[in-house]
Amino acid sequence: MEFEAVIGLEIHAQLRTESKLFCGCSTRFGSEPNTQVCPVCLGMPGVLPVLNRRAVEYALKMALATGCRVNTNSRFARKNYFYPDLPKGYQISQYELPLAEKGEVLIEVEGRRKRVGITRIHLEEDAGKLVHGEGADSRYSFVDLNRAGVPLIEIVTEPDIRSPDEAVATLKALRDILLYLEICDCNMEEGSLRCDANVSVRPTGETTFGTKTEVKNMNSFRFLRNALEYEIKRQIEVIEEGGKVVQETRLWDPSRGVTVSMRGKEEAHDYRYFPEPDLLPVPVEEGWLEEIKGGLPELPAEKAERFVREYGLPPYDAGVLTASKHLALFFEECVRLYPKPKVVSNWIMSEVLKELNRENKDIKDSSLTPDLLASLLKLIDEGVISGKIGKTVFEEVYRTGKDPRKVVEEKGLVQIADRDALKGIVEEVLKTHPAQVEQYRKGKEGLIGFFVGQVMKKTQGRANPKVVNELLREALS
Amino acid sequence: MGITREEVRHVAFLARLELTPEEEELYSEQLARIIDYMEKLKELDTTGIGPTTHPIPTPNPYREDKVQPSIPQEEALRNAPDKERGFFKVPRIIGEG
Repeated sequence: MEFEAVIGLEIHAQLRTESKLFCGCSTRFGSEPNTQVCPVCLGMPGVLPVLNRRAVEYALKMALATGCRVNTNSRFARKNYFYPDLPKGYQISQYELPLAEKGEVLIEVEGRRKRVGITRIHLEEDAGKLVHGEGADSRYSFVDLNRAGVPLIEIVTEPDIRSPDEAVATLKALRDILLYLEICDCNMEEGSLRCDANVSVRPTGETTFGTKTEVKNMNSFRFLRNALEYEIKRQIEVIEEGGKVVQETRLWDPSRGVTVSMRGKEEAHDYRYFPEPDLLPVPVEEGWLEEIKGGLPELPAEKAERFVREYGLPPYDAGVLTASKHLALFFEECVRLYPKPKVVSNWIMSEVLKELNRENKDIKDSSLTPDLLASLLKLIDEGVISGKIGKTVFEEVYRTGKDPRKVVEEKGLVQIADRDALKGIVEEVLKTHPAQVEQYRKGKEGLIGFFVGQVMKKTQGRANPKVVNELLREALS
Repeated sequence: MGITREEVRHVAFLARLELTPEEEELYSEQLARIIDYMEKLKELDTTGIGPTTHPIPTPNPYREDKVQPSIPQEEALRNAPDKERGFFKVPRIIGEG
């Protein structure tokens, strides 16, 4: 029997506010434990939460960017459970009447476009961080409440996703939007972007849903893909063996490559939500919403379309270049200085991204500027250096941020296009390879490439290939 | 409307309360009375009246996104029964909430 997977994602994104959602403590990452806490986020008796306006603004940006309907009077609710990282014994979240509902995000997998619905986006506070003891401390956990109260948005998608590839594409699309809006760092290792998935399978063609499991602990795109692939296969096997999928939460264990049941925790899911009595409904006036809407930047999908239209780039290039706002900006600035979009795109997608990916860096954190890349490309066009040497020069420019012209001078990489200078070398090459010369003259013309290669070797790649070709043909005829 | 002993035990577990059999008995009666009272409230005709979680229509006060000083670490940990290297120290927890 053929099966299809049905997947919905729950994504938590930490908002990049300066202070926490309900108090003035800093949200900075990596500080000494329990130094960014106060009576409010420690859950001391008698304190009252006061809502951070910017957190609401950021959540609204995401809501508008994903075409959600905004509730102009959303409510906060208490989600009750006991856990040491939750000082109050409840998390302030939203349940009925979330901030925003019914949006969508566009994804593209293997050239096919698809809309993934967004069920809701709501605001909530983050919990603290638990560090589990090791060795002599293995009977203890250690609690740091610096993160407790940091604003999060939870984005819940519709069960519209049908494969791990689509799930990864959905998370990437949402991450790109969050980054464009500059409302979340989206650092999955540090946990500022987290993703859980609801997964079920059903025979292809079936319209009702199978029993789902919730998969957690996938803190990278690779883990998301691997965990979903595993979980889908596991569920299909259970059904094929005549068993039933149990509704439960499962943790992805990356070291073993499996999902593991967290049985026995079902009762903990009785959260007994009720309206938060300490907070009033969240008013969103029409004017504020309009102001936010007007300030939204061009989003990745729109930008990619424009790149295809305006610069005549293939959709693939446009997708790669617009995945990062800064990369897109870099491209456009480069094209302004050196108006050959496809050439610029090729260089960015090969050389520039190769270096950036190797260092796991964003273009804005590198010493490469549009100006430097544009001057390098001009040097190639002017024939000062060959395209091949250009790559060597690029590596140096990328590493040092030096002017390409200087690098070329310092390293003596200027292309030799002077006929007289090359003539001697060409003659020398032919003299040292008499056998090949004879074969060539007998009709084996493909050997021209061999001779060019020899000249290049002798000139460390600096010879102008066109001139070398001409000289060789003259000498051999 | 009755509340079973099983329901009392469930609610007690969620609240992390340990009850004696006598208390379970007592609370099942008391909780039943509270629920009965809610049933009585349901008799009111509330057609056309929205959920009134907050009876007074005051605008929600917002706070500007400004960092205020936090309290010192020693102060934050002062009430903790156990602590170590700036952390609250608790019995090991595995799993999730």
